[in-house]
Amino acid sequence: MSVEYGLTLTLLAFMLLAAWALARSDDLLAAVMLAGIISLASAAVFTVMDAVDVAFTEAAVGAGVATLLSVRALGVLGERRAAGRARVGLPFLVVLVCGGLLLYGTADLPAYGDPAAPAMQHVAPHYLARGGVETGVPNIVTAVLASYRGFDTFGELVVIFTAGLGVLTLLAGSGVSGARSEVDAGDRDIIVRQVVKWLVPFVLLFALYVQFHGDYGPGGGFQAGVIFAAGMVLYALTFGLPRLERVLPPSRLRLLAATGVWLYGGVGVACLLRGGAFLDYAVLAEDAVDGQHLGILLVELGVGLTVFSVMVLIYRAFTRQRHGGVE
Amino acid sequence: MSAVVDGLAWAAIGLGVFVCFSGAFGLLRFPDFYSRLHAAGVTDTLGAGLVLLGLMLQAGWSLAAAKLALILLFAWVSGPTASHVLARAARHDGLEPWTGAEGRRR
Repeated sequence: MSVEYGLTLTLLAFMLLAAWALARSDDLLAAVMLAGIISLASAAVFTVMDAVDVAFTEAAVGAGVATLLSVRALGVLGERRAAGRARVGLPFLVVLVCGGLLLYGTADLPAYGDPAAPAMQHVAPHYLARGGVETGVPNIVTAVLASYRGFDTFGELVVIFTAGLGVLTLLAGSGVSGARSEVDAGDRDIIVRQVVKWLVPFVLLFALYVQFHGDYGPGGGFQAGVIFAAGMVLYALTFGLPRLERVLPPSRLRLLAATGVWLYGGVGVACLLRGGAFLDYAVLAEDAVDGQHLGILLVELGVGLTVFSVMVLIYRAFTRQRHGGVE
Repeated sequence: MSAVVDGLAWAAIGLGVFVCFSGAFGLLRFPDFYSRLHAAGVTDTLGAGLVLLGLMLQAGWSLAAAKLALILLFAWVSGPTASHVLARAARHDGLEPWTGAEGRRR
């Protein structure tokens, strides 16, 4: 039994325990924290399985921003579950059946890392062998995500954009015009303020590194956008939403969110205009590899912009709900 | 790597693991929120710090060591700040520290 195997089993057991505690918890805040812990543990499992890009995303999105947004949502909803035990019979049965089917399904899955697995047969060998040469991007994950499967990623970006639109549409109008005086002034504690003031620039710098180093190492637009948003949210938590809005007015954030999608789609259209297929970056420059590299850089930037601004917009919408006096 | 550095590295990692363990033990056994927070805070700074120090010694003069040093710096800034915020929030909420005056456990 290898070290990795033992580590994975330990982490999975830890996740199961946390899930059990989550199901038993009546405190919604504790439930959100436990969900974050499960997310972090699964990021660790991904790391053990050498899927660092996925782990990075899980840690930044699942354990980071999703937990934060859930806590903010609890600020609107209240931290206690509604009184009275919910009926557990039918939901438990559904969970049991679904879980049983999933476990039954795993019996047919190929072994972990099996080179003869169907997923490794079709286009994967080509990606692995030619990815770095054809795109000029050493990180295969980025090459596949942004170039070979660029259209899928475009779809994901539009999903995030649409989700942001949905949240804004649902929350717009209610609470936005509430009493301004109630809008939070942030944390007055001097230690928190000083530490955050020193920390935020490094968080933003790290996000930029993740954005532009995604071609060479783990990272890319999704992770960078979330980390950048986390830096801004940290600033807003400490110094208050109004001060963040002075740096980043909501109108500019909405513009940025649309600009990201526009940039991604625009690169695709530019490829069409230069005589290639949609999102076939090879035609963007004289040299096909240079074109691929340029295209990947631009679409990753589009992803980063949209993810960042949608995250901050959602955070802002939740916070204003809380302080707008609609409760 | 010389045997001395290797020995020092393992000593630091072992001590760090011990401090982390005692921190977890304290978190479960101490009587009230503030003393538990104290135990948890030691895990963040001294425990993780010693483990990272040991890893840095193992890595030698390299980029990995520099990155570990940055992580150490981050942990030393963020950990105590988080402990401070938690303690302050509890105080703000009106939670009184346990003084041993009434009962063994609060």
